[in-house]
Amino acid sequence: MEKWIPFIPERASTVAGRVDALYFFLVGVSVFFALLIAGLELYFAIRYRRRSPGEMPAPVRGSMKLEMLWVVIPFLISMVMFAWGSSLYFTIYRPPKDALDIYVVGKQWMWKLQHLDGKREINELHVPVGRKIKLTMTSEDVIHSFFVPAFRIKADVLPGRYTSVWFEATKPGRYHLFCAEYCGTSHSGMGGWVTVMEPADYEGWLSGGRAEGSLASTGEKLFQDLACVSCHRSDIQGRGPALKGLFNRPVRLEGGQTVIADEGYIRESILNPRAKLVAGFPPIMPTFQGQITEEQLLQLLTYIKSIGPEETPAAPPSPEAQAPSGGAGVTRKENVKQ
Amino acid sequence: MIPKQPRTHYLNISYGFKSWLFTTDHKRIGLLYLVSITLFFFVGGAFATIIRLELATPQGDLVQAETYNKLFTMHGVMMIFFFLIPAVPAVLGNFLIPLMIGAKDVAFPRLNLLSWYIFNLGALFTIYAVVSGGVDTGWTFYTPYSTTYSNTHVLATGVGIFITGFSSILTGLNFIVTIHMMRAPGMNWFRLPLFVWAHYATSLIQVLGTPVIAITVLLLAFERVVRIGIFDPALGGDPVLFQHLFWFYSHPAVYIMVLPAMGVVSELVAAFTRKSIFGYDLVAFASIAIAVFGFLVWGHHLFVSGQSVYAGMIFSFLSYAVAIPSAVKVFNWTATLYKGSVSYQTPMLYAFGFIGLFTIGGLTGLFLAAMGLDIHLTDTYFVVAHFHYIMVGGTIMAYLGGLHYWWPKISGRMYPEGWAKLGALIVFVGFNLTFFPQFLLGYMGMPRRYHAYPEEFQVLNVMSSAGASILAVGYILPMVYLIWSMRYGPIASSNPWPATGLEWQTSSPPPTENFEEIPVVTWEAYEFAGQE
Amino acid sequence: MAENHAMTPHALAHHFDSLDQQREAGTLGMWVFLITEIMFFGGLFLTYILYRSKFPHEFVAGSHALDIRLGAFNTAVLIGSSLTMALAVYYSQVGSRRLLVTYLTLTMLLGLVFLGVKGIEYTEKFEHHHFPGADFQWEDPAQAPALDGNPGAGKVDGRHVEMFYWIYFAMTGLHALHMIIGAGLIAVLIVLAVRGRFTAEYHMPVEITGLYWHFVDIVWIFLFPLLYLIGRHE
Repeated sequence: MEKWIPFIPERASTVAGRVDALYFFLVGVSVFFALLIAGLELYFAIRYRRRSPGEMPAPVRGSMKLEMLWVVIPFLISMVMFAWGSSLYFTIYRPPKDALDIYVVGKQWMWKLQHLDGKREINELHVPVGRKIKLTMTSEDVIHSFFVPAFRIKADVLPGRYTSVWFEATKPGRYHLFCAEYCGTSHSGMGGWVTVMEPADYEGWLSGGRAEGSLASTGEKLFQDLACVSCHRSDIQGRGPALKGLFNRPVRLEGGQTVIADEGYIRESILNPRAKLVAGFPPIMPTFQGQITEEQLLQLLTYIKSIGPEETPAAPPSPEAQAPSGGAGVTRKENVKQ
Repeated sequence: MIPKQPRTHYLNISYGFKSWLFTTDHKRIGLLYLVSITLFFFVGGAFATIIRLELATPQGDLVQAETYNKLFTMHGVMMIFFFLIPAVPAVLGNFLIPLMIGAKDVAFPRLNLLSWYIFNLGALFTIYAVVSGGVDTGWTFYTPYSTTYSNTHVLATGVGIFITGFSSILTGLNFIVTIHMMRAPGMNWFRLPLFVWAHYATSLIQVLGTPVIAITVLLLAFERVVRIGIFDPALGGDPVLFQHLFWFYSHPAVYIMVLPAMGVVSELVAAFTRKSIFGYDLVAFASIAIAVFGFLVWGHHLFVSGQSVYAGMIFSFLSYAVAIPSAVKVFNWTATLYKGSVSYQTPMLYAFGFIGLFTIGGLTGLFLAAMGLDIHLTDTYFVVAHFHYIMVGGTIMAYLGGLHYWWPKISGRMYPEGWAKLGALIVFVGFNLTFFPQFLLGYMGMPRRYHAYPEEFQVLNVMSSAGASILAVGYILPMVYLIWSMRYGPIASSNPWPATGLEWQTSSPPPTENFEEIPVVTWEAYEFAGQE
Repeated sequence: MAENHAMTPHALAHHFDSLDQQREAGTLGMWVFLITEIMFFGGLFLTYILYRSKFPHEFVAGSHALDIRLGAFNTAVLIGSSLTMALAVYYSQVGSRRLLVTYLTLTMLLGLVFLGVKGIEYTEKFEHHHFPGADFQWEDPAQAPALDGNPGAGKVDGRHVEMFYWIYFAMTGLHALHMIIGAGLIAVLIVLAVRGRFTAEYHMPVEITGLYWHFVDIVWIFLFPLLYLIGRHE
C-alpha cells in the first residue's frame, strides 16, 4: 500500500506518517531556500564577475523594504513549522487513556520489559498491531533513551523518575529498538527488536511460555512480603492511608497542598515517604530506597493501580483519622469533588 | 631606506623563544594561539579519522567499544573547547581587532598573554587525560554517567575545560573593553567592520556564558568526588539539572563558534565584491540578536528528556526566533553580490562555501527545532550532520577563508593561489561527501555515538568515511603551502586585494604598534570608492 | 596628556593615549569581570533555589543549625569594610597618601576579621559533624518520637540536610576564596600606596579593587539571608 521511498525508514505506527509529512514539508522548504540561495549566488557571481582589475562597482547600501521582506517571510514560514511540530509533539507525548501499559526498565546495557500479565522480556518487545501501547519507563543507572525509528518515537529513560511515550503499531514486522542516549561502553549494543504481531498471534504468544502470574498479583504478593499491608490495610483504617482507588486521585498533603497520585507520586512516596506527607498521618513510614528494585517498584505500582473500584473516588484524609500512619495514600471515607 | 635592509615589523623586531613567550603584542599572541589550536585541530582530526575508519564496517572491528567511546569524546572535547571556540576569536580576532579599530594593542595586553597561558594550562590537563587513558563520557558529560558510572579521567578533562574557560572569558573581556575604549578617532560604532561587531557579540556570550559552564563543571567535579547529590537521583538530586546548566552555556557556545565566522564572511564578501555589505546595520544588529536569543534556547536540547511540553513549546518558538537573524545574514550576503565586482580568489571561494554549507546547516536546524520531528531526529546522525555543517562547514570554512585573506598581513607573503584554490575545492567536496550522507543516516534512524551499527546503514557510512579521507587531504594541504609560503611566497603589498579596513592601511606585516601614525577615520565601513 | 605622562612616568601604558582612557578601560574591564562573577555565582544560586523548593524542611533545619549571631556580626563587619573601602577610594582620588593607607589597612583588617569568624563557624561545623561527607551526622532536634522504633523516622531527611550543607559550604567557601583574593589585592595596594605610587591623577588600581571588594560584599548580602535567615521563624 505504501511505496518504498529511499532513505525513509519503515512506517509502522500511526504517527510515523505524520512525522514524515512534516519532514517532507521541511525538506521542501529547505530545498527551495537552499536552491534559491545557491542559484542567486551562482547567478550573481557569474553575471557580476570582475571584468577588469580596477573595476569599481557603484555602492549599494541596502534596502529596508527588501530586508524586512526577508525577515518577515522566513518568520511566518517558521511559525508554521513551530505550530506543526508542537502539535505533533503533543500527540506523541500525551498517552491516550485507553492505552495498554507496558513497563520498561533500562540498565547498562539492556532493556527489561514487563507486560501487565507478568510476561517479561529482555531486548525484545512483542506488541499487537492496532492497539495503543503506553510505555512507562525508568532506568536503574544512567540515562538511556528508548528509540524505535519505525514508530518515530523516542523518549529519554531517566533514573529516579518515570517518563512515558505511546504508540500504536500499524504493521506486523520486526523493527529496530535502539538506545539513543549515550550510556557507556556497550551503548551501541543496547538494542533489540520490537515485534509487532497480528492480535491473534499476539494472544498465542502471550499464552505461551511459563506463567508467572500477572504483574499486579506479583505486586500484591510483594505488598504482603514487605509488610506494606500491615499499615496500608484494606479492611479497616490502618496506620497508613488506605490505597484503594488512590491512583490518579488528588491527595491532600500536610501543609494544605494537593497533588495527584500519579506514578511519580507513588514512586516518591515509597522511596522517600517524608517528601509529601498525607495530611493527618505522622511520618513513620521507612524508606524503601535501595531495598527494592525498579522492577519490583513497577510491580507495586501496578498493584496499587489495580486496586480500588473506579467508581469510588478517593477521599481526602480526615485529620482526625484514628490511627496514625504515614506514606502515600488517602482514606476512603469521604468523597472528594474533583 | 636602504632597499636590502628589511623594514622592521612585528615579526622581525626581536627573535628567540623569549621574545615570543613573553610578548604582549596582540599579533604575536594571535600567532601563539594559531600554533596551539592547529596542534589540537590535527589531534582532534586524527581521532575523527579513526572514528570514520571504524565506521566503515558495521561490526566495530577496528577498535574496541571502550576505545571508540573515548575517541569520539576526545574528538569532541578537543575540537570544541580547544579548537572551534578559540579558532576565529583568539587567532584572527586577536590579530585583527586592534588593527581594524586603529589601536596600538588590545586594552589589556598582559591579560591577553595570560589568556594564552591559561589556555595551554587547561590544554595540559586535557592532554594528561588523553595520554593517561582518556575519557569516555561524550563531550556533553551527562550525569549520572559522568559522575558515578564512568571510570575514566573525567576529572582531569573537567579541570582542563574549567581552566580553559577562563582564557575564553578573559579574551572576551579584553575584546569588549578594547572595542569600547580603544577605537581610533572618528571610528564610531557604525563605521566598525562587521567582523568587529561579530566579535563584540561573541565576547558578550563568552563573558556571560562561560562562567556558567565553569560552575557547572565545578559542581560536576564535586558530585563525582564527594557525591554532593545535586545531580544524583539516589540522593534526591536531578540529573537533568546538569543538562540545563550545561546547555545554558553550550548552546550559546555554538554562537561563540559561528558568530566570528560570520564576521569573517562579511569581510570576505565585501572585499571580493568591492561593495559595502548590503544592509550593514541589520547585519550588525543580527549579531547582537543572535547573542541575546542564543541564551534563551538551551531547552531545545531537552525535548525528549521529559521536560514539560509547555516549556518545550517556548524553547521551540525561541529557537525559530534565533534562526531569523542568521537567515537575514545569508540573504544580505547574497544581496551584496548583486551588481558587485565578484572575484574568485581563494578567500571568496571559502566564503561561497561557507554560505552554502551554513545555509544547509541552518535549514536543518529548523528540522530539529520542530518538536514533533526532533523526537525522531535527536541523538541520531541527523544531529551530527547538522552541527558539523554549522561548525565544520561554517566555522572552519570561514576560518580558512580568513586565514588566506589575512595571510599577507600576518606573514607578509602571498599564499600560492593555484594550490589554495585546489585546497578549497577539495575541502568543499570532501566535506559534503562526509556529512551529507549522515543526514540520511539520521532520518533512517542510526543513533549517534554507536560503535557498531546494523548492516543496512553501511553504504552511507562508507561514503561518509571516503569523504573524510578527502577532507583530511583538504586540511593538510593549506597547512603545507601556508608554511611553505612564509619563506618562499611572493612578498605581499600592504593592501594586495585591495580591500577597505584599517588593517590594510598599514604595512604588511604591520609594525609592533600597528600604525606609524594613529589613523583618523572619516569614511564609512567598506567605502571602496575613492580608495586605492 | 603629555603632562600626565611626565608626572607619572610608569603609570601610562604604551598603548593608551591618556590616563583617562586607561582608567576608563580598567574600570570597564572590572565591571565586565564582575558580570562574569555574577553568572558564576548565579549557577550556585540557581542550585540553591531549586533544591530549597524541593526540600524546604531540610533546608530550614540546616539553616537553624547555623549561628545567626556570627553571621550577623560578619554582615556588619563586611558592610563596615565597604565603607572603609569607599573612603580609601575617596582619599586616593584626593591624593592623600596617609589616609589612603589607613583606610586600605582598615579594610583589609575587617576582611581578615570576617575570614576569622568564618573560620570559627567552619570549625564548629566540623566539630558537630555538620561538614558534609563521610563524617556527616544529623540529629533532628525536633524529631518526632519514633514509633515502633522505626528506623529513619523523623521529619527531615538527613541526606537532604547534608545537601544543604554542601551548598552552604560551596557558596560560603567560594565567597571566602574571593575574600582572600581581595585581601591579597589590598595588601599589594597598601605596599604600592606606601611607596607613593598613587596620585590624584593615577589611582585606577585602588578604584577597580574597590569595585571588586564591594561586589564580594554584595554577594554576602545575598548569602546571609538565603543561608541564615529564610525560614527562621518556622
